[in-house]
Amino acid sequence: MFKRMITESRIKSPWLLHYDCGSCNGCDIEVLACLTPVYDIERFGIVNVGNPMHADILLVTGTVNHRNKKVLVNLYDQMPHPKVVVAIGSCGLSGGIFREAYNVVGGVDKVIPVDVYVPGCPAKPEAIIDGVVIGLQKFHEKM
Amino acid sequence: MPQIIPFGPQHPVLPEPIHLKLSVVDGIITEAVPAFGFVHRGLEKLADIRDFHQMIQVVERVCGICSMMHAMCYAQGIEEIMGVEVPPRARFLRVIWAELHRMHSHLLWLGLFADSFGFESLFMQIWRIREKVLDINEATTGNRIIVAVNVIGGVRTDLNQEQMRWILSELAEVEKEIRRLETTLMDDYTVKKRTVCKGVLTRSQAFELGLAGPTLRASDVAQDMRMLGYAAYNELDFEPVVEKDGDCYARCKVRFRETLQSIDIIRQAVSKIPEGELSAKVKCRPDGESVSRVEQPRGECFYYIKANGKKNLDRLRIRTPTFANVPAILAMLPGMWLSDVPVIVLSIDPCIACTER
Repeated sequence: MFKRMITESRIKSPWLLHYDCGSCNGCDIEVLACLTPVYDIERFGIVNVGNPMHADILLVTGTVNHRNKKVLVNLYDQMPHPKVVVAIGSCGLSGGIFREAYNVVGGVDKVIPVDVYVPGCPAKPEAIIDGVVIGLQKFHEKM
Repeated sequence: MPQIIPFGPQHPVLPEPIHLKLSVVDGIITEAVPAFGFVHRGLEKLADIRDFHQMIQVVERVCGICSMMHAMCYAQGIEEIMGVEVPPRARFLRVIWAELHRMHSHLLWLGLFADSFGFESLFMQIWRIREKVLDINEATTGNRIIVAVNVIGGVRTDLNQEQMRWILSELAEVEKEIRRLETTLMDDYTVKKRTVCKGVLTRSQAFELGLAGPTLRASDVAQDMRMLGYAAYNELDFEPVVEKDGDCYARCKVRFRETLQSIDIIRQAVSKIPEGELSAKVKCRPDGESVSRVEQPRGECFYYIKANGKKNLDRLRIRTPTFANVPAILAMLPGMWLSDVPVIVLSIDPCIACTER
């Protein structure tokens, strides 16, 4: 019974971890804007946390480069199972405008498995919230 | 034996990955060593494969917060090489969007700064006001943050009379709301307790470290690249905002006053804007080199461009204000409490995406 309660509340109130993985800040400030009064995803019980061990959903913005891919994998490994990864912005999807630059590995899915892709440069807060909602369905399936 | 505490690269206070290795003895910092490279993409080298018109889209993505200024700085550099005269209306429009960008960047910083000392409701209030500025960006250009208005020789979109009246009425609202927050942000006991006399830089220290922007102006040095008179700034009336104390509180005050100053500059620009063309015709390819400087929200941004008459540029070098301001963090941190680190690191308004490009 206790286990079922935890499972249900994790679906109802997922906690987010945001990692800026070499983006231009455009998507990062849009992720932060989701938390502020105009969009306010906290009303759905979604909280932005700093500790990967508390998080259910990982939001990744930006391209992966040779230095931060270790950090990204490290954060992903520390998150408890089940977990959902949402890649945000054109850079997170494919490398975007930077895909030909020498220090860029490519999209987030080259390093960790990605469940939801949110396009846009930068992605709008509405699109990010939509991505998180779709991520929640995937989260439910993984339970 | 000092204890080594890592700060970042993933840290709840900063949205960006900066890594500081802090040596701590009894909660007091003795040394800070920064590590960079988490956001390095190598976009200066993209000039080899993108032509000089396409590079505008690339430099806009050096930093999403001040993208307009990056594009303006790059366009000014190319225009200088090619001898293109930018039409007066385009120069005024550039000022309007640049100041809107400065406003949204400063409001973003004021919010994050409030968050860094745990004043979350102030953070929420400031970001609510900031959304109004982003709405203006979206209504006039089609995008909230990366507005993409600059082209070489002018601007891409125009503002009609009705839009300008609407911008002014929205800004009047924004000004009223910012002034309502002034007493909380500037006079509150808890805010003062966390910011006054924290991370003090004297005038001579700030000058010797080679700082830029509001960090420098908070230490009583009146240096503002807008005084060079690029775009239409030579026809507008304003003074650099200067504070004397050089602590975190003074830096907060400088940015707060600059937000209000930007509203004033937009009002002047709207009242003086002439009719005319939006962009000049650009023919042939650039050949030569130029240096271009603009004032970003964080300070002086410097572009060196070398072209050789071909489609692609020979060299593009970008020096951004945070690169100049990082030595300030390292000078301020020793001797401070570990709990003051987020406030002091944020007080220079670090933009790591700019620094590492």
